[in-house]
Amino acid sequence: MLVRIWGCRGSLATPGPETLRYGGNTSCVEVECDDGTRIIFDAGTGIRVLGRRPAVNGAGPIHLCLTHLHLDHIEGIGFFAPIFDPATEVHVWGPPSSVRSLDERLARYLSAPLFPMELSDLPATFVFHDVEDEPWEIGSARLDAAPISHPGATLGYRLQADGATLAYLPDHEPAVGVRLDNLTSDWISGFGLAEGVDLLIHDAQYTDDEYLDHVGWGHSSISQALSFGAITAVERLLLFHHDPLHSDDDLDRHQALAHELWQGSGAPPELAFEGMELRI
Amino acid sequence: MSTRKQKSLVLILARELATNLATPIYIADAVGDLVYFNEPAEQIASGRFVERGETSINDWVRMLAPETVDGKPLTREEMPGGIAFAERRPAHGTMRVTGLDGTRHTVETTALPLFGPDGEFHGIMAIFWELH
Repeated sequence: MLVRIWGCRGSLATPGPETLRYGGNTSCVEVECDDGTRIIFDAGTGIRVLGRRPAVNGAGPIHLCLTHLHLDHIEGIGFFAPIFDPATEVHVWGPPSSVRSLDERLARYLSAPLFPMELSDLPATFVFHDVEDEPWEIGSARLDAAPISHPGATLGYRLQADGATLAYLPDHEPAVGVRLDNLTSDWISGFGLAEGVDLLIHDAQYTDDEYLDHVGWGHSSISQALSFGAITAVERLLLFHHDPLHSDDDLDRHQALAHELWQGSGAPPELAFEGMELRI
Repeated sequence: MSTRKQKSLVLILARELATNLATPIYIADAVGDLVYFNEPAEQIASGRFVERGETSINDWVRMLAPETVDGKPLTREEMPGGIAFAERRPAHGTMRVTGLDGTRHTVETTALPLFGPDGEFHGIMAIFWELH
């Protein structure tokens, strides 16, 4: 499968000369399986650019898997060109709620006064799915999802296709107020999703110093992300959800630090950047 | 997904909360097994969780030998934790329990069911507050 990064910035889109290399668009990752099955994880501002690709338009149903409904993960959806084509069918998968349906929750953003159109007025056909506790299939891909530690209902995903596995946990604080290495694996949020995958895309928003002021905000420090990647024995770790305050030069330093600290068995971790393509 | 048994996020977050409290907390999962108690609770249990590990609810109740303050034995179903588990509602009561070292403790206990965002039952959390 081919994995393309369309946005890897956390929390807030951050365009400008200081973020040209890693990119300023918020979370959006495209997975293209060998048989053409296409799955999009999150609809941050990166999905706007993805929507301009001819391959995405008119190529069958679009499957959009949302981890959660924080604005940086949904704010691009209203600018995703295929939704203005009445021939498009968009399946939106997201965390369940006992209070409101997924479309009702998404419509809080896609409605006045926050957006000029109502979700129900968009030309494409939307089909909403509250993700259940069982694996499901989209084309040749098998997906699993489970709640993970982040404020508000949030899912992590595990995708298996073409003999490879990927886990996507872009917003994740795997242990709050306790050390990961003090926990057995069954007590670590997200462990079952990430264990042994070929590629783990994981939150690494903060430096270790910054994390001390952000405990409980739902994001990982670089060290936490590395520990999580090592404990789950992933083949390849991609650090994601870069803090909007971090420039390209900051992220270069984080990359070097991550290489230095890495103790896992797989390849040294990499920092995600916009336009990155990975074949797994 | 991994075939390894993974605790639900609700239990993981409950444990992380308990780990950071001085209040004695016990957590049982959806089948009723005692899956965690924190360090302050060790004084009543008279044992460390890291040494005892997870315990079936029946073994736990047998260990506690719960009784009313008047000395009448309590069944699992009569304990606040048992009520919270069986009836899926909060419960409160005062009782006497026995630690592993044989010490008797009079405790006030409050138990509450843990429901996830989709309404699924994940277990219970109970505090044991010793009365002196």
